[in-house]
Amino acid sequence: MTTYQEFIQQNEDRDGVRFSWNLWPSSRLEATRLVVPVSCLFTPLKERPNLPPVQYEPVLCSRANCKAVLNPLCQVDFRAKIWACNFCFQRNPFPPSYAGISDVNQPAELMPQFSTIEYIVQRGPAAPLIFLYVVDTCLEEEDLQALKESLQMSLSLLPPNALVGLITFGRMVQVHELSCEGIAKSYVFRGTKDLTAKQIQEMLGLTKPAVAGQQGRPLAPQDAAATCKFLQPVHRVDMNLTDLLGELQRDPWPVPQGKRPLRSTGVALSVAVGLLEGTFPNTGARVMLFIGGPPTQGPGMVVGDELKTPIRSWHDIQKDNARHLKKATKYYEALANRSATNGHSIDIYACALDQTGLLEMKCLSNLTGGHIVMGDSFNTSLFKQTFQRVFSKDYNGDFRMAFGGVLEVKTSRELKVCGAIGPCVSLNSKSPCVSENELGIGGTSQWKVCGLNPSTTLGIYFEVVNQHNAPVPQGGRGAVQFVTQYQHSNTQRRIRVTTIARNWADAQSQIQHIESSFDQEAAAVLMARLGVFRAESEEGPDVLRWLDRQLIRLFMFHLRRSPFLQVFNNSPDESSYYRHHFVRQDLTQSLIMIQPILYSYSFHGPPEPVLLDSSSILPDRILLMDTFFQLVIYHGETIAQWRKAGYQEMAEYENFKQLLQAPLDDAQEILQTRFPMPRYIDTEHGGSQARFLLSKVNPSQTHNNLYAWGQETGAPILTDDVSLQVFMDHLKKLAVSSSA
Amino acid sequence: MTELCTGLITNGHQLILFLQSGSACFATLAYLKTEKRFRDELRMNVNQHTPMASPYGQPQPGYGQPGYAPLDGSYPAPYAPYNGPASAYQPGAPPQGYSPFTSFPSKALAANPVSDLPSPLDLGPARGPPTSGPPPVSAPQQYNQYSQSQGSMQNGPPPPTQAPPRPAVSQPYNQGAMNLSGPHPSYPQHYGPPSTMQQVTNQMTGMQITSGPPTAAGPGYAPPHSSQPPVSTGYSAAAQASYTQAPPPVSSAPTQPPPPSGPAAPQQYYSGPPPSSQQPFNSSLPPTSQQQQQFTSSVTPQPPPQQTLPPSSYSGPVPPQSQPPVPPVSQAQQSFPTPQPPFSSAPPPVSQSSFATGPPPSAQGSFPPQGPPPSSQPGSFPPPGPPLTSAPFSQYPGPMPPQQQPPPSQPSPYHSGQHPPRPQMPPTSMAQSNHLPPGPQGPPGPPGPLQQPPSQPGMQTGYPPQQNGAFGQVRGPQPGYSAPYPGQPNYGAPAPAPPAQKRLDPDAIPSPQASDMPAVQKPRHRIDPDAIPSPIQVIEDDKAKTTEPFTTGVRGQAPPLVTTNFQVQDQGNASPRFIRCTAYNMPCTADMAKQSQVPLAAVIKPLATLPPDEPPPLVVDHGESGPIRCNRCKAYMCPYMQFIEGGRRFQCGFCSCVTEVPPHYFQHLDHTGKRVDCYDRAELSLGSYEFLATVDYCKNNKLPQPPAFIFLIDVSYNAVKSGMVNIVCQELKTLLDCLPRENPEAESAVRVGFVTYNKVLHFYNVKSSLAQPQMMVVSDVSDMFVPLLDGFLVNVNESRQVIESLLDQIPEMFADTRETETVFGPVIQAGLEALKAADCAGKLFVFHTSLPIAEAPGKLKNREDKKLIGTDKEKSLFQPQVGFYSSLAKECVAQGCCVDLFLFPNQYVDVATLGVVPVSTGGSVYKYTYFQAQSDQERFLNDLRRDVQKLVGFDAVMRVRTSTGIRATDFFGSFYMSNTTDVELAGLDCDKAITVEFKHDDKLSEETGALMQCAVLYTSCSGQRRLRIHNMAVNCCSQLADLYRNCETDTIINYFSKYAFRGILSNPTKAVRETLVNQCAQILACYRKNCASPSSAGQLILPECMKLLPVYLNCVLKSDVLLPGADVSLDDRAYLRQLISCMDVAETHVFFYPRLLPVMKLESGSLPVAVRDSEERLSKGGVYLLETGLHLFLWVGASVQQELLLNIFGTPSFSQIDSNMTSLPVLDNPISQALRELIYSFRAQRSRYMKLMVVKQEDRAELIFRHFLVEDKSASGGASYVDFLCHMHKEIRQLLS
Repeated sequence: MTTYQEFIQQNEDRDGVRFSWNLWPSSRLEATRLVVPVSCLFTPLKERPNLPPVQYEPVLCSRANCKAVLNPLCQVDFRAKIWACNFCFQRNPFPPSYAGISDVNQPAELMPQFSTIEYIVQRGPAAPLIFLYVVDTCLEEEDLQALKESLQMSLSLLPPNALVGLITFGRMVQVHELSCEGIAKSYVFRGTKDLTAKQIQEMLGLTKPAVAGQQGRPLAPQDAAATCKFLQPVHRVDMNLTDLLGELQRDPWPVPQGKRPLRSTGVALSVAVGLLEGTFPNTGARVMLFIGGPPTQGPGMVVGDELKTPIRSWHDIQKDNARHLKKATKYYEALANRSATNGHSIDIYACALDQTGLLEMKCLSNLTGGHIVMGDSFNTSLFKQTFQRVFSKDYNGDFRMAFGGVLEVKTSRELKVCGAIGPCVSLNSKSPCVSENELGIGGTSQWKVCGLNPSTTLGIYFEVVNQHNAPVPQGGRGAVQFVTQYQHSNTQRRIRVTTIARNWADAQSQIQHIESSFDQEAAAVLMARLGVFRAESEEGPDVLRWLDRQLIRLFMFHLRRSPFLQVFNNSPDESSYYRHHFVRQDLTQSLIMIQPILYSYSFHGPPEPVLLDSSSILPDRILLMDTFFQLVIYHGETIAQWRKAGYQEMAEYENFKQLLQAPLDDAQEILQTRFPMPRYIDTEHGGSQARFLLSKVNPSQTHNNLYAWGQETGAPILTDDVSLQVFMDHLKKLAVSSSA
Repeated sequence: MTELCTGLITNGHQLILFLQSGSACFATLAYLKTEKRFRDELRMNVNQHTPMASPYGQPQPGYGQPGYAPLDGSYPAPYAPYNGPASAYQPGAPPQGYSPFTSFPSKALAANPVSDLPSPLDLGPARGPPTSGPPPVSAPQQYNQYSQSQGSMQNGPPPPTQAPPRPAVSQPYNQGAMNLSGPHPSYPQHYGPPSTMQQVTNQMTGMQITSGPPTAAGPGYAPPHSSQPPVSTGYSAAAQASYTQAPPPVSSAPTQPPPPSGPAAPQQYYSGPPPSSQQPFNSSLPPTSQQQQQFTSSVTPQPPPQQTLPPSSYSGPVPPQSQPPVPPVSQAQQSFPTPQPPFSSAPPPVSQSSFATGPPPSAQGSFPPQGPPPSSQPGSFPPPGPPLTSAPFSQYPGPMPPQQQPPPSQPSPYHSGQHPPRPQMPPTSMAQSNHLPPGPQGPPGPPGPLQQPPSQPGMQTGYPPQQNGAFGQVRGPQPGYSAPYPGQPNYGAPAPAPPAQKRLDPDAIPSPQASDMPAVQKPRHRIDPDAIPSPIQVIEDDKAKTTEPFTTGVRGQAPPLVTTNFQVQDQGNASPRFIRCTAYNMPCTADMAKQSQVPLAAVIKPLATLPPDEPPPLVVDHGESGPIRCNRCKAYMCPYMQFIEGGRRFQCGFCSCVTEVPPHYFQHLDHTGKRVDCYDRAELSLGSYEFLATVDYCKNNKLPQPPAFIFLIDVSYNAVKSGMVNIVCQELKTLLDCLPRENPEAESAVRVGFVTYNKVLHFYNVKSSLAQPQMMVVSDVSDMFVPLLDGFLVNVNESRQVIESLLDQIPEMFADTRETETVFGPVIQAGLEALKAADCAGKLFVFHTSLPIAEAPGKLKNREDKKLIGTDKEKSLFQPQVGFYSSLAKECVAQGCCVDLFLFPNQYVDVATLGVVPVSTGGSVYKYTYFQAQSDQERFLNDLRRDVQKLVGFDAVMRVRTSTGIRATDFFGSFYMSNTTDVELAGLDCDKAITVEFKHDDKLSEETGALMQCAVLYTSCSGQRRLRIHNMAVNCCSQLADLYRNCETDTIINYFSKYAFRGILSNPTKAVRETLVNQCAQILACYRKNCASPSSAGQLILPECMKLLPVYLNCVLKSDVLLPGADVSLDDRAYLRQLISCMDVAETHVFFYPRLLPVMKLESGSLPVAVRDSEERLSKGGVYLLETGLHLFLWVGASVQQELLLNIFGTPSFSQIDSNMTSLPVLDNPISQALRELIYSFRAQRSRYMKLMVVKQEDRAELIFRHFLVEDKSASGGASYVDFLCHMHKEIRQLLS
């Protein structure tokens, strides 16, 4: 038996699943006592190069309310050609195509190594990928130019048969017709008017005389492509669209002094959603919204056009001074839900120095599985590369994206599912395995994840419902099956099924086992997600208090200070942005977000991870900090001086040059893989940007603790925040004295 | 039943018509002949009238009294100057009538004498008779002709049904003629003894007789329009019966036939006519009958002739009749009674009854009320005429043959008739000559006429043209009459020549005599169309009179008529091209104004285009402080400002307030108190000039941007299919180079934008930097907005390539469209929003095809409901269907957004609603129903070109300031008013006129007169803010006579039409018509009462300046708007209604009284003299050009010489003329050239291009053409001129009694 460490790693590699507990307490009572719920982080589309999809469809349990998929955990009677569902114990005959099944001739789904298996569904038309650009034209000329180039570039990355569409907006919203010759046509909508989907479709001329679309199935793509002049195959309109983008003008409406440009983001999105809704319902589509500022008019307005009225801050929100917040949020939520219903995801690429209203709009991406990318300008490599990375391809040459995913969770009887936290929406599927307790998005056993990529990870929370007086038989295993249907980027529809099982353990007798099965990292992330989820809906301090009550662990110190829970020094938009990414990244990335990684480079040896502590900041070190969102290279005081003196240029100081180069290379490696591109910061002691580092490290030395002041062991941090030491001391005191 | 125009007398400023009712109308008609005859008749009349005249003279002392004095002797002379013919005729007629009457009418006469109107009646009759006398003979012929012509007109082939009817009619006439022949001899005798009781009585009898024929005519009349055939049948035997009213009489007539028939016929006629007339004047009808009775009484003179005619006609059937005439009369009378009852039931019946009574005194009593009927009678008369002719002998037997037969027969009658007269009187010769003239063709043709009479066919042909349905008949008789009555011929010819004489004569007006005569119980006359005031004559006289340039320096001087070409010298008052007033001598007090009922109004055309030889208004710049104005009333500096205190101050001529002269404007005064720089400064010496406005005069205190033109093109299925889209796009490519500019050298500052639309709107970005245009579709029509700013409105030259590319692509893009629904409200909103966004004023050119039924603001539904017409709800059809457009219009005005609408409907589009915005914004509506590219392209494109290029000002505000005592109270035109004083015009172009009505609020002084200053603040097409000032001073009078001496009928009609056309928005059209008639009657009655010399009530006395008021008013009354025919769509009416509202005087004039030119003998460079708008003026062998300002017709007679056809159409065959052609072939001969030049010049004169319609006689299209022969009865029931005049006379008499 391997260690739990290995077991966990193996499970993650194979199934993309990390459970907080790898032995499950066998009764509800015991489970409750454990504080951290039985839960898991599940990465549905975890890249599995060694997992070829099978070309047939899964075999389902015939019980109407079960429909579990045949899996390696099922008992199979090869002679009778019967298998027993391991969730409902229904005995099912194999379908005729399995007639040849035998001990030695087993289908893949019965092999233990195929606890995760992917099926290709051959039914139905292959739906094309759809990319609908929604572009803000209220940009600075430079930004717009950069954005246009990025967009034109992206066209070359799209598969030729992908459908593209273009909506531009400023004061007005323009839906561009792409297939026209000689004259560029566009449909224009007023930026201030909230239109229903029906109105939009009528206005776009999409309503056709009663086409048989009643069943909500996607239209035959060919037909749709032929009929919808706004969404056209890339190969057909490549030139047109390139020209169109090239001729894109800044919003021509004059912006008077002291005003913001009028930006009709709300209506633009509404039109985009309405357009897709009317043409390609239930077909994978990606709405890509590029904004250079906050929505300033119409529905979804976040701030008025008066520059003298600043955009809402956390302070305003707490004071209930954010006039448009609730209305706008409600508006975007409604849009997001519509979009999610149709399986379309919405990306937001917001590049501006000020806030752009992500707080209100975050749900668009959060509910539909879209990306949010925040930057300062479209004319930065951060945006350009991030955007490029959206279209990155996997080893098969397919996009690392999938659409219209539906994740269904099936549990064995002792377990029920409480909810999920991630970029998904509930499908309100009330199966028997749905718990009444909700954690995250609950009340359902199915969630829709409109946009997926290999790193998209959901936190799924369970509840042990087995009563204490009805112990699970010895050696019993609880099973969970994740069934993910999605549209692959090569337009195939696929179903990935992951079935896992864990042993039950009696908490009283096997508490040690249970403890050792605890996955600290997974638990931390899962709890953090819960915290973030709560933070979204509750007051910040309350959440912190809840967390404090729930957990006493090291990383919680950092979590408390992280932008996910702490809004101080962050704009509402930034908070939204951070949270957005936190709830969808896999465990590793999530951990980095919670507790940034700090590497130290010196002449004294190879790079080593060091404590995220002010004591690690030393003059003769180069530090590389990765907070997921930022990548900071910090040159200690001495190093900085040397560098300034230009020693690295001298042949005799080749080693210094290498030292300087090492963190850069490492950073590059991170930059290559991370999405979104982190903000890359190269700074030094005393540099203004050093604040990124200083704000993260544990302020073990501040201007307050005298003994540390001025010592050579580290850099003092000018903050009133408590250090980890103080925090721990306090916690210990609490833990001991607390009557609770 | 019929009325008679016994005499016409014109003074310097008044015209006296003697109208009497009676069958003698024919006679009067017949009067119109040669000048000689005319004069003779005049003399005759004079003689007869002399007695009358004296009375006239007395009352009128100041005026024509002198003329009157001469009475007998002088009359002739006076007449000459006058309309001579008319007046002369009347007098003359009476005599003639008398003579004939004497023989016949003894009974009738007796009755007549009793009648109230004896004198006038007498006069009328007198004239009538003469005419009638001659007519009898000729009449028949004419009738026949007429009938033929009518027949031809209506059905094409003359012979058909129509022919029959007429024949029937004619038959009676013929008989009458026969009788006439008998009577004729008597005529001369009568003449000899000018007017005597006997004569009168004779006339009366004649009248009766005539009445007989008239009745026949009446039926005939009716038929001509619609039911001629029936008439004919009726006539033949049952024909009369067929006529409801007529039937009875007819029956009686038939029974009475031979002798009585004559009389009976007349009665029938009356009855007949009344019906027709009744339609027009329902109320009046009954009166008509009465009048008729009266007329008959008065007409008696005429009747004789008629009687003679009828008798003859009757005789036709029953040879003996000729003798019977007299007896017939008696018989007729007797018979009448029977018929009368039936009549009583119907208006006509009344007449009959009256007749019955009429003969006796009692009848007379009834007569007065009958007044109105007279008018109708005239109408009726005409028919009778034809019937007579047609009816003539053989015709009776067979309706069909009539025509053919009639001719022959007619000739015979003619000859006989004529001969008798001739021998009897010189008049006969006159008559002959007259006959010629009657032929509208040639007044000169006296001999011709004579000849014509002899040759009935020729006559017929000639006559028919002249005669209208009814009139024609009437005239028909005339010719015949003419023969008998020398005087008649005069009428025709005289009409032209006489005018001068009339003027001279006016004073001499024999009216006294006439009045006496009537008193004496003269016979009633039918009204001779040539005897009543002729618009052509007035126009020609004015032309002849105007030789000098018109200088505006003299206050209160009426300018030449709009139909006259003249030059204007601005000497301190605005040119009549800018301002025309109804009265140049305003009453001093409100009481006077109220008493006279003459509207005080001015028609202002602020940006009127001046001829090249007149300098445009000078632009004056008073510097940064802006124009100098009165402190109190804010009037602008003008010649009426009096400088005082050595030039340091000036006193306002309007409010008398004294204002300091700003230092920079100071100038010393000369010894007369004038500034020494008076003649250096336009604002001190001219009536019209412009000020440069300062920023204070601008919206938001910001100098305006140059305006923009936005073209909004419907691209729905219909628009594409009709070719409109393609045409517009092609045309715009070149048209855009012709945008208005002030400096021809410079580039136009006007920017342009393009929108197409169907159910949604497509905006186009044509920014010069684009490689190709961009289309932006706005589907959100419920909440219109402009999707782009930059690149929508562009400079043409900068964006030329993109624009051309766009205009090339638009037709292609929508070539396959299947969208049939359109929106309209959002289209205007779009243009408006675009102008708002660009912060400029401008003009929208909307090209629209259909009722906007797509879901959008301003959506309309089809509400055309013919059942509402004539009801109290009719007005709702003229009101906008929804309130949306009114509020939209308000917004447009606020922005200075003028909307020009080009409609291409294939069905109802609700012009009343769609036109709201154009009308409120100073825009225009153009309508091309059933537009087809091929045939309508030229018209549309010319309209479009002109509309785009014409001078236009934007965002204008007009204010009319007046001197104390009056004030502008009401405004008519295309504009919007948010308060009671400021006329706001989003756009004001050079063709738009505004009629302003003034009311007293205090007394005016004769010394200072009344001043008005019209100031228009506008933005020029180059974006300059300017003030155009027009000053006008008129005199004030304390004597009503002065008022009547200095007014302008054309302008009054302009006012009346606008007033009435606005009135139908809130009142039933019937009420509006009555109001008009009443006001007109009051005006004339006031004159009669206060200014004219006392005379018998039977005289119709018209002020010289207003003598055309009745005919013009009648044209207004029977316009499609007020009296729609069955084929006139609601859209057409609404369209016309809106069109009139911004017409100037010249346009309304030609619109209501179309110009009809004979073009057979065109010479390059000279304009032929027009002929009156009556069918009887048309010669079958002639070609005529008719223009209304909207339509242009070329009417080709059926027997035009081949050579002429060859010259004009390039084909020798009438049948090969393509009636679909819209332009004449270019042929190298003088006629063709001259004609095309003429057409070109016509078109150049009008603000809208007139599409040429070639109308072949007897072609179906002739119906349309005839609609514009406004002196005739109209198919929709509009009264003929004669009818209406009689009706008016009745109204006036009622007012006076």
